[in-house]
Amino acid sequence: MDLFEYQARDLFAKHDVPVLAGEVIETPEAARELTERLGGRAVVKAQVKTGGRGKAGGVKLASDPADAVEKAGQILGMDIKGHTVHKVMLAQTADIQEEYYVSFLLDRTNRTFLAMASVEGGVEIEEVAATKPEALAKIPVDAIEGVTEAKAREIAEAAKFPAELIDQISNVLVKLWDVFVKEDALLVEVNPLVKTADGKVIALDGKVSLDANADFRQPEHEALEDKAAANPLEAAAKAKNLNYVKLDGQVGIIGNGAGLVMSTLDVVAYAGEAHNNVKPANFLDIGGGASAEVMANGLEIILGDPDVKSVFVNVFGGITACDAVANGIVQALELLKSKGEDVNKPLVVRLDGNNAELGRKILTDAAHPLVQQVDTMDGAADKAAELAAK
Amino acid sequence: MAIFLTKESKVIVQGMTGSEGQKHTKRMLASGTNIVGGVNPRKAGTTVDFDGTEVPVFGGVKEAMEATGADVTVIFVPPKFTKDAVIEAVDAGIGLAVVITEGIAVHDTAYFWDYATQKGAASDGKQGTRIVGPNCPGLITPGQSNAGIIPSDITKPGRIGLVSKSGTLTYQMMYELRDIGFSTCVGIGGDPVIGTTHIDALKAFEADPDTDLIVMIGEIGGDAEERAADFIKENVTKPVVGYVAGFTAPEGKTMGHAGAIVSGSSGTAQAKKEALEAAGVKVGKTPSETARLARERLSA
Repeated sequence: MDLFEYQARDLFAKHDVPVLAGEVIETPEAARELTERLGGRAVVKAQVKTGGRGKAGGVKLASDPADAVEKAGQILGMDIKGHTVHKVMLAQTADIQEEYYVSFLLDRTNRTFLAMASVEGGVEIEEVAATKPEALAKIPVDAIEGVTEAKAREIAEAAKFPAELIDQISNVLVKLWDVFVKEDALLVEVNPLVKTADGKVIALDGKVSLDANADFRQPEHEALEDKAAANPLEAAAKAKNLNYVKLDGQVGIIGNGAGLVMSTLDVVAYAGEAHNNVKPANFLDIGGGASAEVMANGLEIILGDPDVKSVFVNVFGGITACDAVANGIVQALELLKSKGEDVNKPLVVRLDGNNAELGRKILTDAAHPLVQQVDTMDGAADKAAELAAK
Repeated sequence: MAIFLTKESKVIVQGMTGSEGQKHTKRMLASGTNIVGGVNPRKAGTTVDFDGTEVPVFGGVKEAMEATGADVTVIFVPPKFTKDAVIEAVDAGIGLAVVITEGIAVHDTAYFWDYATQKGAASDGKQGTRIVGPNCPGLITPGQSNAGIIPSDITKPGRIGLVSKSGTLTYQMMYELRDIGFSTCVGIGGDPVIGTTHIDALKAFEADPDTDLIVMIGEIGGDAEERAADFIKENVTKPVVGYVAGFTAPEGKTMGHAGAIVSGSSGTAQAKKEALEAAGVKVGKTPSETARLARERLSA
């Protein structure tokens, strides 16, 4: 989960990383009182989960409370790369002398953590990496040892930060490592980390991405979710513990196992090339050992998607028993009908593996007019695409 | 021969007394795996009955190894205890730890991987503990042994080696090529940090006299497939057929597996396919086309 800047700022503050005072608001008028509290001047910053906000006009300096109301009004509602601005953060102003960059992240390739630091901050770090790679220090961090004071100093020195700032920056790095570990983050980035005119080092803007697999020990993270921005179908699926991603096509997909479902999306997209270019409408993995109930929940979500024109249920029973899947399909269709929902989308089902014969027989016997079975994954994808193109 | 797991393997199960552990221990026993014990400190000294087979429960991995000569552990403990379970297995010096558990925090995996590496988990597996997973179906050497949750009745012993990030695609591919059979099928898992990689399995299959062809299944996220392609170019003489899932995955969305995410322009299925093809690997567009390519290479 990627956080907004103000949420990153709050996590930084929680772990004693130096930040400027700031708060988030959702109406222009709220800017007046807040700016007064911040000392009469403020930087008004759009809160969007995308880069390039400054260039798009999403960051403005307000010279007094009335100006802050006006600037907040200009920024709220703005569209930045397809993201509507619903919140702005007002922050204290600072007299910035230098802009640096520091981050901690997961290094998948080397299966460990990585610190990155540079004196070239305030710009996209990918650009620094591409044009001035020598200006970007990359130091592996052992997960067991972590960032000790000595390690922090090694990182700060490798990045060639000014000698008089090494102590301060090392201290910031140790605190940021606390954020990274104690919050179970996959990324903690400060860009820019600034040096102010009075010689202080402050995290001015930050990006944090959190590991959803750690939610069991991070009860506070749930409150950081941007529920308003979630797709309603994705939110409904999440409430039912389903692994669902909404896509922009017409063929609803249900399968078991992440790899098989990804593969199903691809196979449907290929099949769609011959059928008016229809595409998969979603990713939905009902997981290993899925019960009839899980199948029913999944079907309900997918049939509730107005974009869906046909549904492809693709199951290879490993642990999942195909008879349970077949029962789930039959039950789901009955359940939806009893709720008075108008179920009229054709379902193409392909069952193989554990208890496949039994599963196929259940569907054959049920003889539901909307359900048809196809033996192979490729054949079933083609049929589902054809039905969606009608 | 096969790789990593043979009929000589003596297998223990960490978390055997839990519901998942019991269910799958029963399945492993039914498929011929030599299960010599389970581990649960609170139930040490008891036994669990699996359809007439009494399996003893030990208080720890070390104790289980001393009593039974176990050299493989399959780990089913819940995510919050998995780090400690793997560390215990590494400390005991077991040869192979298969981590089935899904949903482990990546800080925990990075921690136990660093721990295992520092204890000497050499990537050639000759010393220390080889880790397979986490978030994987484990591995099966058909007709010999099954360590994990892969169904044993899909296929028979044969001469294809399979390495895959995905469980169900592993099953699908075993099914497509069931008449030919497999030497060993290894599910390495789809998490961002995993123990045994495509490269480790490719290296072992290359050295395995019972493997004639290797099928390698990848998916979006990270650069493991690209690095495997480089490895194949330099080191693999046996034919390799590949498949990559996730061409239609949107950028920035996690597709089921924690590691299956396209970030910016990196980790795309297209880049992986191109890297593999540049290394001489035939890459199928669908699982069934991949199976057809494997048949062609075997009969060539």
